[in-house]
Amino acid sequence: MPVTRGFTGKRRAEQAGRADRLPPGQYDVGREWPTLTAEATPHLVPEQCSITVDGLVETPTTWSWQQLHELPGSAYEGDIHCVTTWSRFDTSFRGVSLDVLLEAAGPGPEAAYVVAHSTTGYATNLPLADVTDGRAWVVWEADGKPLSDEHGGPLRLLVPHLYFWKSAKWVERIELTDVDRPGFWETHGYHDRGDPWLEQRYQGDP
Amino acid sequence: MTGPSTPWTTATVVEVDRPDGRLARVRLDVDGREEGLPGQHYVVRLRAPDDYTAQRSYSVASDPADPLVELMVERMPDGEVSGHVHDVLEPGDVLEVRGPLGGWFTWDGSTTAVAVGGGSGVVPLVAMLRYAARTGTADRLRVVAVGKTLDALPYAEELLAAGASVFTTRENLGSRVAAPPYPEEVGELVEDLVARSGPVEAAYVCGSAGFATFATRLLGESGVRLDRVRVEQFGPTS
Repeated sequence: MPVTRGFTGKRRAEQAGRADRLPPGQYDVGREWPTLTAEATPHLVPEQCSITVDGLVETPTTWSWQQLHELPGSAYEGDIHCVTTWSRFDTSFRGVSLDVLLEAAGPGPEAAYVVAHSTTGYATNLPLADVTDGRAWVVWEADGKPLSDEHGGPLRLLVPHLYFWKSAKWVERIELTDVDRPGFWETHGYHDRGDPWLEQRYQGDP
Repeated sequence: MTGPSTPWTTATVVEVDRPDGRLARVRLDVDGREEGLPGQHYVVRLRAPDDYTAQRSYSVASDPADPLVELMVERMPDGEVSGHVHDVLEPGDVLEVRGPLGGWFTWDGSTTAVAVGGGSGVVPLVAMLRYAARTGTADRLRVVAVGKTLDALPYAEELLAAGASVFTTRENLGSRVAAPPYPEEVGELVEDLVARSGPVEAAYVCGSAGFATFATRLLGESGVRLDRVRVEQFGPTS
């Protein structure tokens, strides 16, 4: 591909000494946190929110807002990467590890994928292996504050090692499936897995 | 719908026009051009001699049938890609591009639709209006464009000429006092559209995060079902 005449780049991540944390094609957005959504932002009452794990599990289970907060809590502090090319370093979240929820529901032997469903009808698909072993959370706090409506509050899925559209906002249900069932963006041209380090942005990317 | 795979390609800059230093209209001749639908975007990637790259997405303003792809690039504070487009780009330059992309924020002329854009959020709506004019589907589309002033609104003259409802929030426009559109104003437009073409099947909102929140509520108060609303939103939250 051709070099762009006159372009040298701002290289913010390089200058900050963290180029190794920036996946290909991404840029360091700094402390801004852009929001992108495909649909109207809902305004939900936290105490009325719940999360359900069902589909191919032994015990379909629903946790109320209160019950979720009584589970052993868990935190993530690290980087997040949006497919629209911004990355935000050192973002902290609090919530509960998806491992805790999955352990209680008991994935069936044939379960290989999950579909995360939002109150809005949004859905996104992920391999089960990407949401286990301490790599996924249901979160309600970001940077020390309750998660705002715009950022997916009260409850949001967090899968920070994949592009952020996989971290479904306003999540209410995690469905375990045996086949990979494309969600919202995935049926509109985006990748089924979305690994930022492999630049899996659109269908057909490696 | 985005195809199974939209590859990177190159595009030659045919025109660059910077009317006010804040907006740059860029027209590109894209190698292996795919037509697509109004509402879609292209990714533009810049490459330094050592292979460092920066890429950003821009909505398309041109009709899919236009032989060239037209983008309107707003200069962002310290913008890595927009800064280059404003300060360096000239006709004859070659860019890497990928598109058209996005299969959700699109209108194919077959549905009764209302579209609300704020600031540079009007760009994909301009593509919809150009497409509607060519395909004879303008009766099914109502566009509401909101800018601080007429000068600050991209494509203001074209929007007015195409019959879009233009609202300015920081200057009076004709006899209308500066203000965002009121629900009753948009409600009237929606009623008129419904009378001509039937119930609103799709609604489009494009603009900053704050504008998208405002416009979505406005549509709801104007009688549009919120599950019909498709949002294309950019920029930080406050």
